[in-house]
Amino acid sequence: MSRQRTPSTTRRALLGGALAGLLPPSLAAAPMTRRIPSSGEALPVLGLGSWITFNVGNDTAAREACVEVVRAFFAAGGRVIDSSPMYGSSQPTIGHALAQLGHPAALFSAEKVWVGDGARGVLQIEASRAHWGVPRFDLMQVHNLLAWQQHLPRLFEMKAAGRLRYVGITTSEGRRHAEIEQVMRTQPIDFVQISYNLLDREVEQRILPLAQERGIAVIVNRPFREGALLQQLSRHRLPGWAADIDCQVWAQVALKFVITHPAVTCVIPATSQVVHLRQNMAAALGRMPDAALRQRMAREVAAL
Amino acid sequence: MSEWWSYRPTDFLMFSPRIYWRLFESINAAVWPAQLLLVGAALAWLLWILRRGAEAAPRASAVALALCWLFVAWAFLLQRYSPINWAADPFAIAFALQGLGLVALVGCGPLQVSAQPWRRAIGLGLLLWALLGHPLLAGLAGRSWTQAEAFGLAPDPTAIGTLGWLLLLQGRRAGARWLLRALWLVPLAWCAITAATLATMGEWQALVPLAAALLALAAARRR
Repeated sequence: MSRQRTPSTTRRALLGGALAGLLPPSLAAAPMTRRIPSSGEALPVLGLGSWITFNVGNDTAAREACVEVVRAFFAAGGRVIDSSPMYGSSQPTIGHALAQLGHPAALFSAEKVWVGDGARGVLQIEASRAHWGVPRFDLMQVHNLLAWQQHLPRLFEMKAAGRLRYVGITTSEGRRHAEIEQVMRTQPIDFVQISYNLLDREVEQRILPLAQERGIAVIVNRPFREGALLQQLSRHRLPGWAADIDCQVWAQVALKFVITHPAVTCVIPATSQVVHLRQNMAAALGRMPDAALRQRMAREVAAL
Repeated sequence: MSEWWSYRPTDFLMFSPRIYWRLFESINAAVWPAQLLLVGAALAWLLWILRRGAEAAPRASAVALALCWLFVAWAFLLQRYSPINWAADPFAIAFALQGLGLVALVGCGPLQVSAQPWRRAIGLGLLLWALLGHPLLAGLAGRSWTQAEAFGLAPDPTAIGTLGWLLLLQGRRAGARWLLRALWLVPLAWCAITAATLATMGEWQALVPLAAALLALAAARRR
């Protein structure tokens, strides 16, 4: 069985010392990146989600723990942080972390607009921007396609005016794929965000090929099915082939499966623990599965 | 919401159990040792009305209970729960309305302890559970005692205790009887909401508010 090194990607010259201890010295290379088709800008394939994990409210200790997660994320070469107004206090938590870390220049901020009234979208985006403490967002996505017909024209105007860099749409857990396809075919979006993991692979049929065809970057959410997949897999030993692709934990298996699909630009696992963050980030390093092994991974995990 | 049938309860759980239980740690630390005084006062009131029998049921207990609901609405639901759950604001409004309803009860004539043994027994049991039993769940579930849910500070024991109080007491006038019936609505609704939330979090404790609500309803319907 063949194994391929990091697939056709660019590489950033960043490597956090935090990752060095997780892999043999021979694997200490820069994390894998992918280019955004509409601009050619390279992004590390491992991003950071914030659903649930960063919604810590007024809990000072938990908020400081999130600062350490974000610190470790940037130290490991991460850039993309994704959030939404729907995620409770996640936005202020991210803003606090960014302020504590001196607003790292590497940040690629990915936000969402989530309001049924298109006229209120700009106000919501401004409120989100204030929470993050950033001059502008890199990517603004219409959350779960809510009122996308109203929001997208405004987002394109903001992009044209330099108030955004990229525009996208999102869905999760396989919902509204027909509508996602329609938007991908008819609107000049830069990004699409969808759910994809070892068990939920419907997007392989149409969405991912369409993204490649239309030159749309793909962000993958729920790579662990909100933890349920890892909980299920934790009852089983890692297969022998996991070592062949430099995986030490199931999370890395799940992430390497996702990031090696050629249409995927970035995956955004969420965590509130630095140790898990480092394990996740290490999935962007080392040997990667080829197409044949990817099929085997999906097949064997589905059978567990 | 499109494709609403594809949503599961977990899709609406936007916080982790760890952060949820730490809310109680936060409010306990903020008011300590007021929870001990509150439990002591409530137990003293219970002893007093049971010794006096059906003749006396001071309406002041409605005011004290109202203050508990208003405090939970403000200090727990608005200040602590709302930042992690955008559904908490309507809950806070409902709790505040319950508090105002209890205050309004004072102007509706005298109250008395129920003469029905079942209502008295179950009412007393639910009140004692809310005051003394419910705070023990944190330790039994393996959480820190600092995360105990105390009556008057946390919504669940406050709602359960209120169901007990509503079983124990009766109004003498029609207005009081009507208002007492209306005051069942929010505690029962909260028991259902919190049971659903806890079940989604995977907590066996979800059975407690559910059982309390069903027990209270059964006792209220029994003649």
